[in-house]
Amino acid sequence: MNAPVDYLLHLADNALILGQRNAEWCGHGPILEEDIALSNNSLDLIGQARLLYQHAAEQMGQGATEDTLAYFRDVPDFRNYTLCELPHMPLMAATSAGDRDFAMTIVRNFLYSSLMVLVWDQLQNSKDAQLAAIAAKSLKEVRYHLRHSRDWLVRLGDGSEVSHAKAQAALDQLLPYTQEFWTTSPQESAALANGTGIDMAALQSDWNQIVDEALQEATLQRPAAGGFVPTGKQGIHSEHLGFVLAEMQSLARQHPGATW
Amino acid sequence: MNSPALKEWPLWEVFVRSKQGLEHKHCGSLHASDAQHALQMARDVYTRRQEGVSIWVVPSNTISASEPNDKGEFFEPASDKVYRHPTFYEIPEEVGHM
Repeated sequence: MNAPVDYLLHLADNALILGQRNAEWCGHGPILEEDIALSNNSLDLIGQARLLYQHAAEQMGQGATEDTLAYFRDVPDFRNYTLCELPHMPLMAATSAGDRDFAMTIVRNFLYSSLMVLVWDQLQNSKDAQLAAIAAKSLKEVRYHLRHSRDWLVRLGDGSEVSHAKAQAALDQLLPYTQEFWTTSPQESAALANGTGIDMAALQSDWNQIVDEALQEATLQRPAAGGFVPTGKQGIHSEHLGFVLAEMQSLARQHPGATW
Repeated sequence: MNSPALKEWPLWEVFVRSKQGLEHKHCGSLHASDAQHALQMARDVYTRRQEGVSIWVVPSNTISASEPNDKGEFFEPASDKVYRHPTFYEIPEEVGHM
């Protein structure tokens, strides 16, 4: 039994786009150790994306490969959560690299990892054996991502006045985007129906518990729910994904088939 | 906010054990705010190429070191005591590396 291609792409695109975002810190981390930690995180995510793309490409045939899926699809084809594509800075700020905000990076990685420890844990029981194997491998990686980002979240939140304010601002900015986790997309329904996917809504209370415990430890206030519900996993994205793809895909598109 | 924010992170020495049964070896140092922080950073910096199965971190200021000036009295007296080396024994081949 294979998971629906669009469902695999949803999981893969989340990992690839967040991996690409975290890779932006490479060479610019606040300290050397953190620079390497974020690059490690990025490489874990891109590794997960590769396995999922390879699995999807096998089902798609017609010359599809992990590279065509990563580099030759456009914005409406991507199925990632909008959360994963946002820049590392307050959303209305200029996009110069100097404005990158470590608190945004940490809060986003925390919110996403808190979800993915639950998702990968459940997907280990997927009827798609290949997906179940990818889930087992990814679970170990994302447990460390959660540990790393949660640790920093508490340090920033329960830190100095400045770090607390930045962590709270990042949380206020990003938490509304997690509403997308609990809406249902056609690919998720299809995967749930054939036993290869999971019921996302059933994970919500566990996720809330992970998040609320960490926020309490970090002395941060959870902003009220509500507002716009993003639709990235349905292919309707924010304006930011286009810029991510432009940077990520330009080399492959200028030199298609290049090897080294 | 139990303790005031640190302006400078203290230095930690990192020891990594590469395999079960082998000893931890010193592999470097890093700055971190506390032991947990130091462990995680050591994991990211020193074990990402499968170098380790266990990590120790030790505050550098808890290590007492010999003085370079003491070299004469500390180490040189050993240089003419060649009989302390077990080079006069034949080790059977079955013993392997010692």
